[in-house]
Amino acid sequence: MALELLKDVTIPKAATAYPLHWRSRVYAIVGLVVLLGVVMVVTSAIGSTHIPLATLGQVLLSKLPFIEVEPTWASSVETIILDIRLPRLLLAGLVGAALAVAGATYQGLFRNPLADPYLIGVAQGAALGAVIGFVLPVSWQAASIPLLAFAGALIAVAVVYSIAKVGKTLPMTTLILAGVALGAFLAAITSYLMIASGDKLHGIISWLLGTFSLTSWWQVTMVMPYIFVGIIIIWLHARPLNVMQLDEEQAQQLGINVERVKLILLGAATLITAAAVCFCGIIGFVGIIIPHAVRLVWGPDHRFLLPLTTLAGASFLILADTAARTVLAPTEIPVGVITAFLGAPFFLYILRQKKRAVF
Amino acid sequence: MLNLRLDKVSLGYGKRRVLHNIVLEAKPREMLGIIGPNGSGKSTLIRGITRVISPSSGQVFLDGQDIASMSHSDLARLMAVVPQNPVLPDPFTAFEVVLMGRTPHLGLLRHEGERDLAIVRRAMEVTKTVAFAERRIGELSGGERQRLSIARALAQEPKIMLLDEPTAHLDINYQIETLDLVRQLCLEQGLIVVATLHDLNLAAQYCDRLIMLSNGKIYCHGVPKAVINAQTIKEVYGAEVHVYPHPLNDLPATLIASEKDRHKLSQKSV
Repeated sequence: MALELLKDVTIPKAATAYPLHWRSRVYAIVGLVVLLGVVMVVTSAIGSTHIPLATLGQVLLSKLPFIEVEPTWASSVETIILDIRLPRLLLAGLVGAALAVAGATYQGLFRNPLADPYLIGVAQGAALGAVIGFVLPVSWQAASIPLLAFAGALIAVAVVYSIAKVGKTLPMTTLILAGVALGAFLAAITSYLMIASGDKLHGIISWLLGTFSLTSWWQVTMVMPYIFVGIIIIWLHARPLNVMQLDEEQAQQLGINVERVKLILLGAATLITAAAVCFCGIIGFVGIIIPHAVRLVWGPDHRFLLPLTTLAGASFLILADTAARTVLAPTEIPVGVITAFLGAPFFLYILRQKKRAVF
Repeated sequence: MLNLRLDKVSLGYGKRRVLHNIVLEAKPREMLGIIGPNGSGKSTLIRGITRVISPSSGQVFLDGQDIASMSHSDLARLMAVVPQNPVLPDPFTAFEVVLMGRTPHLGLLRHEGERDLAIVRRAMEVTKTVAFAERRIGELSGGERQRLSIARALAQEPKIMLLDEPTAHLDINYQIETLDLVRQLCLEQGLIVVATLHDLNLAAQYCDRLIMLSNGKIYCHGVPKAVINAQTIKEVYGAEVHVYPHPLNDLPATLIASEKDRHKLSQKSV
């Protein structure tokens, strides 16, 4: 029997007896794409000014090429949809997708269910950068806060990485410890600056909790390329990430260039996280609950986990942000408060439903 | 014909050198056993051959090519490893884990095709793991996981199979079954097999040649009869045993005695 194993492998019909569950997984992806579409349409109708879905559809159609729609709506309606709600929900979607995928990537890389996108210093670096931006003269703030947050995140991770590197290898435990230590150090500086910042404290705190108010198109176009490219790079490494769920030694013996994959995935996940936090602050919980919820329902295979996580993360954060701007309108609640408030019970519910080991 | 050759390989962890000047050669259809007491460097040798640790001096040649110059996936297409205590991710199914054996044959963008699935299925049939293909790793026993690791190694379609204590956690029936399978694969598919073994009787029965390591050096090597005897075992392992020819095949069989009878060993030893 073994004799023919490597020669003339014929394809028995029963080879499909162990499916990869392609079909149900493809259905899941299609389902989440549809869900995301529905969420985007419905949430852009919701808000302080209620816009009927019919009007919304007409406004959107009128912007497509080759379609002529007679305007029957006030120009303010068009402004609300196209210049306020649409960029805001797109940014929320992008950030949700980025944080969720980065969370799934870190959990896979570290083989640790508690890993989140902020594990190795991104959040603390971004926070310090942003707070430095806040204490600068007011006229510089608009451009400098996101720039400093982005730079702070990348620099923090680069420092953690160079501390943790041993020769040509990167031990993951050392990386986590270095991240925690540097994070604490940066958080101390951030706290000091906050105490010393006086009347700017409110702005700083609402940034730290995360918010999408004041989103406009230029922010969307700024972060989109980073997040798109980063997510695609991560998706392409889904199989190596699966194999790395074995230990690193086995992954290497199965032909994975472990150190290179770690570097690429850490780099891509850090980049999209930095892009995600730089405009809207540190939104917690998305990177933990979305990947776990997806894993609980559809299993641990990263080839499906990563796309599903992307879609679910986008939908989730759009919904959370809609709640953030409507629940106490006209007051905005920081979206980070909503993600934790909605996310934690939802996650606990799923955890109760499926009590099997998922990690 | 493919061969594996180690040329004066020394390696270790950091500054601590574990193996010194190891020279060995292995050929297809041959089972080479590595024996030696705990800490003598058996597992380190496997790590060196698979390039998990790079030698501090010396080279490992596959078919005359230094493996240091090969890519990870090229190496994994030729060489598969069955690790000692494989960490397998609990939530994956047995089938998915064996499918990981196809990794070196697939690029970033290619999905497993019918041929890959067929190879995985055959590997699972051969190793009798089909019955629990859809079960999750977390639900499987140690013996079942061990056989899965062998199935995964087979799915790599390797020319060389390295086994690190393949029978360590197995009951006697699975020990025999596993090594029968490895030997059968070795002969029928012309594999080079290198296995570390702590059980001297299994080593003698299944391996064509043995290398006995002592403190990171090759103490002696050759056919089982030349390597395993009361004197070498006393010198390398520091244990007094009785070795006599196996009644069925004359291969050296190692018998142990508890303390109360040990004084009789010196008179009986061959």
